[in-house]
Amino acid sequence: MYAFNYHRPGSLAEATKLIAANTEAKLLAGGQTLIPTLKQRLAQPGDVIDLGGIAELKGIKVEGGSVVIGAMTRHGEVASSAEVKKAIPALAALAGGIGDPQVRNLGTIGGSIANSDPAADYPAAALGLGATIHTSKRQIPADKFFTGMFETALEEGEIIVKVAFPAPKRAAYQKFENPASRYAIVGVLVAETANGVRVAVTGAAPSVFRWTEAEAALGKSFAAGALDGLKAKADGLNADIHASAEYRAHLIGVMARRAVAACG
Amino acid sequence: MPTVSMTVNGKTVSRDVEARTLLVQFLREHLNLTGTHVGCDTSQCGACVVHVDGRSVKSCTMLAAQANGASVTTIEGLAQGDKLHPMQEAFREHHALQCGFCTPGMIMSAIDLVKRNPNPSEETIRHELEGNICRCTGYHNIVKAVKAAAANM
Ligand SMILES: Cc1cc2nc3c(=O)[nH]c(=O)nc-3n(C[C@H](O)[C@H](O)[C@H](O)COP(=O)(O)OP(=O)(O)OC[C@H]3O[C@@H](n4cnc5c(N)ncnc54)[C@H](O)[C@@H]3O)c2cc1C
Ligand code: FES
Ligand code: FES
Repeated sequence: MYAFNYHRPGSLAEATKLIAANTEAKLLAGGQTLIPTLKQRLAQPGDVIDLGGIAELKGIKVEGGSVVIGAMTRHGEVASSAEVKKAIPALAALAGGIGDPQVRNLGTIGGSIANSDPAADYPAAALGLGATIHTSKRQIPADKFFTGMFETALEEGEIIVKVAFPAPKRAAYQKFENPASRYAIVGVLVAETANGVRVAVTGAAPSVFRWTEAEAALGKSFAAGALDGLKAKADGLNADIHASAEYRAHLIGVMARRAVAACG
Repeated sequence: MPTVSMTVNGKTVSRDVEARTLLVQFLREHLNLTGTHVGCDTSQCGACVVHVDGRSVKSCTMLAAQANGASVTTIEGLAQGDKLHPMQEAFREHHALQCGFCTPGMIMSAIDLVKRNPNPSEETIRHELEGNICRCTGYHNIVKAVKAAAANM
């Protein structure tokens, strides 16, 4: 790890000021992605701004039919939250399937969403449930947030404050995981929402995306059978030592059917 | 250099360290608490697991500065004098170790899992230990030990 200056602001206002004055600085949340990156010397920030001391970024609230989760809330807290389990059980289950207990004790929802890892779980929840990402500057709908591999709509110096998930009528997440890291080789979140059916796919492509053909089919009939004969296209999907693009395309269909069945 | 202060195994400690110092380096190199091991250094193996404010974390993936003001427990902090912690005793009793390299992290993770699941099934134990890798035992005796310890904790 290269040397850096460490800052631990006590408020969001202070953090915003620090990052505005130094856009080369890196925000540190749970560190479960950033610290390994720094250790490999893949990044060399002169300053690291730890968000861990900012109380207003922590916690879970249910407000007007939405579950609102502070950016610094740990995966383990979401997984074990009675409120999340009641309002959106699929979200609690998704958080409980991230990595391992030690990763879940430090990793945060803000860090996961900001990172937009193609194999991460939370992007599927944000996009599939139609969440809104609240930042230090504005509100961004999930449909506009994930712009590419490790890329988001966040501007320089913009800090995620909280993520609001409207509670769906029903939803389920199913992933075919890498057995070593638990990252998604393919993960599919299916939700029946007030505004129709949404199907979000992670792990398969450079960025999380909506499978619109499946949404249309499930909109007509919300049953696993409605997806029979529907095949995701392999064009542009990820291929690596774990799975070819064709295999991932096949898994999208399998995980989507399982998710619909799990919606009950 | 920032001053980092924390409580480690009940004792208050304070050191001036570089900001990039990892918690595991702080424990091993600055406090000479070498019971916490570094296996992979890439956040995968769990040999470095300690408790920070009661929760198990990988100390190779946390800055010492992030633990400023926290209460940290390492493997050295478990026994009461000559009396081993029930989890340590169960690992000994059930031959849950061979080379012992993974054992400190395995025990710290196991104590955390029993705290959250007081009466864990074999399946829960295996699932909860996904962040700890053992190259020797094949895990069966580790699972047995955790089950036995849960009954005594
Ligand atoms: C062994 C292992 C297994 C894992 N398995 C999985 C898995 O199965 N599924 C999965 O989804 N993830 C997995 N992860 C990743 C984990 O969930 C990370 O916690 C997550 O990707 C990043 O969150 P963090 O809080 O640790 O962020 P950090 O590592 O601290 O930060 C990540 C990035 O986000 C930026 N950032 C952080 N917070 C904010 C904010 N509030 N506003 C703006 N930018 C911000 C940082 O500057 C940095 O660029 C795994 C990680 C490890 C080490
Ligand atoms: S040394 Fe920390 S996880 Fe392997
Ligand atoms: S006993 Fe040797 S690695 Fe576990």
